[in-house]
Amino acid sequence: MLGTILDAIQQALILILSGDQEVLAVTLRSISTSVLATSLSCIWGLPIAITMGLFSFRGKNLIRSLFNALLGIPTVALGLILYLLFSKSGPLGIFQLLYTPLGISIGQSVLITPILVSFASSAVESTDVEIKDLARTLGASDIQTGSIVIREALWGITLAVIASFNRAFAELGIAMMIGGNIRYVTRVLTTSIALETARGEIAFSIALAIILMAIVFAITGAINLLRKD
Amino acid sequence: MAHNIRAEGLEKVYADTKALDGVTLDIEGGKILALVGLNGSGKTTFMRIIAGLEEPTRGSVLVDKGKMQSHELRKVATLIFQRTATFSTSVFDNVAFGLRIRGITKDQIERKVSEELASVGLASFQKRKAKRLSGGEQQRLALARAFAINPDLLLLDEPTANLDPASAIAIENIIRTIREDERRTVVLSTHNLHQARRLADKIAHIHYGRILEVANPDQFFMNPSNEITRKFVSGELQF
Repeated sequence: MLGTILDAIQQALILILSGDQEVLAVTLRSISTSVLATSLSCIWGLPIAITMGLFSFRGKNLIRSLFNALLGIPTVALGLILYLLFSKSGPLGIFQLLYTPLGISIGQSVLITPILVSFASSAVESTDVEIKDLARTLGASDIQTGSIVIREALWGITLAVIASFNRAFAELGIAMMIGGNIRYVTRVLTTSIALETARGEIAFSIALAIILMAIVFAITGAINLLRKD
Repeated sequence: MAHNIRAEGLEKVYADTKALDGVTLDIEGGKILALVGLNGSGKTTFMRIIAGLEEPTRGSVLVDKGKMQSHELRKVATLIFQRTATFSTSVFDNVAFGLRIRGITKDQIERKVSEELASVGLASFQKRKAKRLSGGEQQRLALARAFAINPDLLLLDEPTANLDPASAIAIENIIRTIREDERRTVVLSTHNLHQARRLADKIAHIHYGRILEVANPDQFFMNPSNEITRKFVSGELQF
């Protein structure tokens, strides 16, 4: 068994180093869909997170509970809901998002929004309350105080964005149900791994899994290095 | 400009605690007032209300007999906290913060920051991360940051509470230099009676949210009129 795995890893490395066009295309598609998904969720998620982090308002705990509950939503369940929405007879069928990379990105952005909102709002909220007081006592307006708090929470917000990207990049359910795993069109790393494993192409699967993990680790490592000033 | 401030009947009620219970106190412009009392006596709450960080439940703060609105006091007052807070930036940027938000030019900011850092002995620390300074250095940074905006009213909340003796003396020496500037009013909260005696023109004793005694240092220590204050001064007062 161990020998089989080692052989597979060897073959996988050859596949990666030889610059296999299909592996490269699948990898780039995975990155682009996840980057777009993360960007979309930032557009609507960050304002929500910052509002929740900076202000106290009625219903805030309810909203927080909702996002926290959605953190654990199964991707297959969400994929199914989005499939019904995006399908031709669904309410969003007119946009023809089913089986498109854009459809995957939108689906993933919905999936990761709770992660982004929960983590980023916690980062803003956990900024030392004295920072807020310090800014105010130095004469800062409410807007200036808010921006200094956001600046102080920037590292936590960055981690929330990275965690969201990693979640989108590594998820399978939505990519499979919305994308349909169509070769050269919507096939991404996770759907390829699932397909190749089912077909018994273990070396190819391992190659893709190595790439998947390498990208996740590289991004996280790079961010940690940046934090060391 | 030195402002005369009058706190009138200040009350502050938190969920189940009355932190201030009808505090009336005059803060004379250009002088140092020390507010002394046990931990939890209401000193910090009083300072935060004067600084405009909190609203009193009842009562008001009158500035120059009402000629200035109390909310305007925030523009000319600054509070230095017991637990030093610093922005996650360089020492220079920390001091420059208050100047930048006032729209002061870059050249003036550089000159003022250098001047203030030199006055607290941190001239060579400009590029260091503020969070990496020691407790004493952070407190001196807090003073430089406050001085930079040239406040009329400086509120010092237990500025030496968490410092070693050497750092505490350094801070006291800086506070002494403020006395020379009669345009600046200082309120110093402390539970260190010796410090209050060394620095203040007038001392007020706050006990469970009430002002019990206000007197000049000699009278406060030699002949306090309030019995609880007498016990506090003689060290007999327990929690």
